Amino acid sequence: MPIFWLITGVLAIACIGYVLGHRRAMASAGGNLRRLHSLPSYYGLNVVLKSIVPALGLTILWLLLQPIFVSNAVSGMIPDNEIPFGSSRGLVMTEVVRTAKGLNQAVAAGEITEATAQNRNTSVDDLTDALKSAGAVVTSTLTAPVMTAAQAYREVSRKGYLGMSALVLLVATVGALWALRETHPDFRARNVVEQGIRALLIGAASIAVLTTLGIVLSLIFNTVEFFRLYPASDFFFGLEWAPSFSGRGGASQLGVIPLLWGTFYISIVALVVAVPVGLFAAIYLSEYATPTTRAIAKPLLEILAGIPTIVYGLFALLTVGPLLVSVFGAGGALGVNWQGGGRAVMTAGLVMGIMLIPFVSSLSDDIINAVPQALRDGSYGLGATQSETIKQVVLPAALPGIVGAILLAASRAIGETMIVVLGAGAAARLDLNPFEAMTTVTAKIVSQLTGDSDFASPEALVAFALGMTLFVLTLILNVVALYIVRTYREQYD
Amino acid sequence: MNDMRLLQRTQGMNDIKIQANGVDVFYADNHAIKDVSVEIEDKTVTAFIGPSGCGKSTFLRCLNRMNDTIDICKVTGDILLDGEDIYDPKVDPVQLRAKVGMVFQKPNPFPKSIYDNVAYGPRIHGLAKNKAELDEIIEKSLRRGAIWDEVKDRLKQPGTGLSGGQQQRLCIARAIATEPEVLLMDEPCSALDPIATAQVEELIDELKQNYSVVIVTHSMQQAARVSQKTAFFHLGSLVEYGETGKIFTNPEDSRTESYITGRIG
Ligand SMILES: Nc1ncnc2c1ncn2[C@@H]1O[C@H](COP(=O)(O)OP(=O)(O)O)[C@@H](O)[C@H]1O
Ligand SMILES: [Mg+2]
Repeated sequence: MPIFWLITGVLAIACIGYVLGHRRAMASAGGNLRRLHSLPSYYGLNVVLKSIVPALGLTILWLLLQPIFVSNAVSGMIPDNEIPFGSSRGLVMTEVVRTAKGLNQAVAAGEITEATAQNRNTSVDDLTDALKSAGAVVTSTLTAPVMTAAQAYREVSRKGYLGMSALVLLVATVGALWALRETHPDFRARNVVEQGIRALLIGAASIAVLTTLGIVLSLIFNTVEFFRLYPASDFFFGLEWAPSFSGRGGASQLGVIPLLWGTFYISIVALVVAVPVGLFAAIYLSEYATPTTRAIAKPLLEILAGIPTIVYGLFALLTVGPLLVSVFGAGGALGVNWQGGGRAVMTAGLVMGIMLIPFVSSLSDDIINAVPQALRDGSYGLGATQSETIKQVVLPAALPGIVGAILLAASRAIGETMIVVLGAGAAARLDLNPFEAMTTVTAKIVSQLTGDSDFASPEALVAFALGMTLFVLTLILNVVALYIVRTYREQYD
Repeated sequence: MNDMRLLQRTQGMNDIKIQANGVDVFYADNHAIKDVSVEIEDKTVTAFIGPSGCGKSTFLRCLNRMNDTIDICKVTGDILLDGEDIYDPKVDPVQLRAKVGMVFQKPNPFPKSIYDNVAYGPRIHGLAKNKAELDEIIEKSLRRGAIWDEVKDRLKQPGTGLSGGQQQRLCIARAIATEPEVLLMDEPCSALDPIATAQVEELIDELKQNYSVVIVTHSMQQAARVSQKTAFFHLGSLVEYGETGKIFTNPEDSRTESYITGRIG
């Protein structure tokens, strides 16, 4: 673990730097704290910052760039005639990198010595055997030039890492020394540390924003890629979802409509369950319950929100599904034969509704509580009863916020996966019967990407188009919801 | 009591509308009102004055049982409206509040249209048989609230869009629309500017022809301007009650005098 030791080394330098900076600050002030611009610990931290930040920055940069440079250097070693027909230099290089890693593995497992692994005269067969017994992936294309290139790759990489370690430690030391030299009573160490912290926070914020951006961009690029292979109009307006995994793209029907229909149907069932129950629970908790009841009931309700959705999925599969079949299935309590199996829109919708209850109720509860007491007093003062007051004053005043809460719940319902996978089945169907198995966009994303699939085929890339569709839908819902909630908030500030 | 009546500023005597006997109010352990007895006359403006925290609002809220909405609040003693005990178990507080209306310190129009704000009480209590009758009640109430001319062209617009003074007059009109017999006002002008205050005071003066009005106020000038009777509260007790003219010019109790001359705040 050379990187681990390298970082330990940098940290050690930083620690020593802190102590030295602290001492030097004290000494430079002649032991009189008041002569220092900042507290001595700030001088210490200044040293820490100036040794760690450049050193770690350099490490990260080096780790990112080195593989590219090494690959470039090594790829020249592979003669053109060694590149198989239909393959490319890039693919062969992947092979080289894999072999190099395999050699590392073999050395670590003790199959061969480091010297044997480096020795260009070791026969390819011996090395291949070592690779195999170390459990590394070995393909038929492992030829002598590839093995040589792999050895070279290891060699160059090793040198690179050595160079990096030396350079990083040097940078850390120079940074620390530089900061130590700065340390004298007038130096504004406190301000420097303040800026360092600011930079750290900005960094954290930009990572959050940039990753989101990166995810969206990758969604977009892959979606565009998908539409190159599969016509967009067939995707958006196709009424059939029947992917084929033979790898012949032409045979697949990838229409999104049945999936969207399943998503909406299940979400609507969920909302029909969650909205009234959640809303009534919120009204009870905020308007009728005594403080003690509220103190007990509200956390209990919110525990529901903490249950992982896979557990709800199990509940749907093992409890709710069979229960529904025993009522609506053949020979069931109602004597109708609407439901064939446990997996159905109803099953998933009911369970998802239960999952959403605490979500709706706790948001609505906050919103109802935000309605000023003065409005209730005004209504009571006119001789209205409690339920009249709630129906005619509190709820209308809270309505925009409640609508917002419902939209947020809807966007959660649309994005929910596990309950659907376990409760609604995997059949993409355009059907009105809620006791029929259907599936949703999210469940299909899972099934398109699990198992063996070629990530360049339309059958796999369609997952990105589905993801993009979902993303746009929930984004619109969330934006509308937040807009409504915010306009509402402004009203009572 | 009889001696005071002789000094009455306004001509003629009015009937007793509300009579309170030995009222005590507790908020949990806090004894907020201590043995208060008072007679409030019909067609009169009665002012409650006193330093803040002395229990004026608390006592006012006893008169229409608004304290029932506060869990920890306990009221003992008798309060009679037209000779009937309003704390009798037979009395429905909801119906009582239709008879004893209330206007609050901060204007609190509902987030509905001006029309619906005023129509709220009549609709709940079924005072109008049809739309035309309701329209009539609303116009009448808004006129009585001295705000008709300002809002007659915008009845469908939200009540929350009016200025503070207009909102308060709307709330008064809303209270009047229920046709109460008594109107309780808790510092109705404290959130208003001087011009709006003057409008509301003028309105109160007109209202006394039909109603018994009880107004809590922080401003002694206001009490002197609008009321015929004044009650001075201090630390939960009713210290002195009588003709406004007498309370302000010749108080009997030294605490009243101290308050009026600004020595108790
Ligand atoms: N809702 C309440 N809960 C508990 N105590 C209250 C409540 N309202 C008023 N009090 C207490 O009752 C006393 C009288 O208050 P209040 O009637 O509001 O006085 P005023 O209106 O004269 O300023 C105060 O001590 C106050 O703290
Ligand atoms: Mg008060």
